[in-house]
Amino acid sequence: MLNRLPPLKESPSQTAGPYVHIGMTPSLEGIGGPNRPDLGSGPIAAGDGPRVTIAASIHDGSGAPLGDAVVELWQADSDGVHRQGWGRAACDGAGAFAFDTVKPGRVIGPDGQPMAPHVSLWIVARGINMGLQTRLYFDDETAANAVDPVLSRIMDPRRRQTLIARRSEVDGRARYDLAIRLQGEGETVFFDF
Amino acid sequence: MSIVPPYGDEGQLYQRDRAWHPPADTPGYKSTTLRAPRQALLALGQTKSELTGPTFGHGIIQPLDNDLIRNFSQDGGEAIGQRLIVYGQVLDENARPVRGTLVEFWQANAGGRYRHKREGYVAALDPNFGGCGRAITDDDGYYHFRTIKPGAYPWPNGGNDWRPAHIHFSVFGHAYAQRLITQMYFEGDPMIWQDPIALAIPDRVAVEQLIARLDRHNTTPMDALAYRFDIVLRGRRSTLFENRMEGN
Ligand SMILES: [Fe+3]
Repeated sequence: MLNRLPPLKESPSQTAGPYVHIGMTPSLEGIGGPNRPDLGSGPIAAGDGPRVTIAASIHDGSGAPLGDAVVELWQADSDGVHRQGWGRAACDGAGAFAFDTVKPGRVIGPDGQPMAPHVSLWIVARGINMGLQTRLYFDDETAANAVDPVLSRIMDPRRRQTLIARRSEVDGRARYDLAIRLQGEGETVFFDF
Repeated sequence: MSIVPPYGDEGQLYQRDRAWHPPADTPGYKSTTLRAPRQALLALGQTKSELTGPTFGHGIIQPLDNDLIRNFSQDGGEAIGQRLIVYGQVLDENARPVRGTLVEFWQANAGGRYRHKREGYVAALDPNFGGCGRAITDDDGYYHFRTIKPGAYPWPNGGNDWRPAHIHFSVFGHAYAQRLITQMYFEGDPMIWQDPIALAIPDRVAVEQLIARLDRHNTTPMDALAYRFDIVLRGRRSTLFENRMEGN
């Protein structure tokens, strides 16, 4: 069974292109119609924990914001179980996007030990030939982050920091901010899961 | 490098064959230059975060979602262009149908013009064409929709580059690590072989996997031609627990 080759090849990826919003956030483009919110827009259903904001921005190798990217988020709920914790957002002109969600609980990891709380992110845009997979962790989970099986595979501690969002409080609500850099100084760690 | 498979080896997906996909940095497609990560991707086995994924019920689908000829029509008009049925099967690498998965598609109109605020091509907008739709695959993994053939269009890449006619596809599968965006091309189109985006895929056989075949058997007589476009998502490594994998 080991190393058996599958009978079919995965369809090759292609860029989502500059008009990805037509297909993935059509209401934002005025195509979806007034009574149809875009798929994955609005608050993410992820359990009963306190609502938090997850916010990030994406910049390219020259420091320019990705105003045309679409980001999808997948996460466990507050109990650490993946149910329907999914959302989709278009970046604004500053390359920024945000999700209204609940901080995920700890998910059982590869060795049966819990992973640190995290959300999975998937980024597509013009100029990205294959969707980029990354994760966002939380800086108020120092102990859990220190033993997380995925973070520990990142040998350079400075690179590990590219995945850890900073907590602040806005109007009594927690907000976590992350800067995603596709290339160059402070380049985000992307995964081949 | 891979971490120990978490929940039994049978749950893991085949590793992606990165040589089959376009690399991140493809100089012929200039937008990749500043957007391609320079560091190698960190290759890890999947955990529950990658082996699970969102599901979407038929409840999200409205009657005209798979009819691009009529789903943006004003006052009952229809989109202008060569009428087509596009259909196909979503399979995994083990050739098993991927059931109940969401497929989204978007495209330019018959003149090659997108309905988008940043679109700069002079071709006319079609008042009856929005350019997007979606479908959920049936029990055999099939999707289908009605549309018009998109036009080729120029784009600012090499000065005078033109995209071949194509339709963009987004597919979910059942695991987050199966998520895929690709494009469908049309059989016999010579422009495919001069397109920097299609040719970002290194292997010609892989490009051919994205070319839909004209299917005369499924035409609607006096109405629409049919093209078949199958899509393959990553599959699970072991089929030991085949009957338990359903809906996984
Ligand atoms: Fe396009």
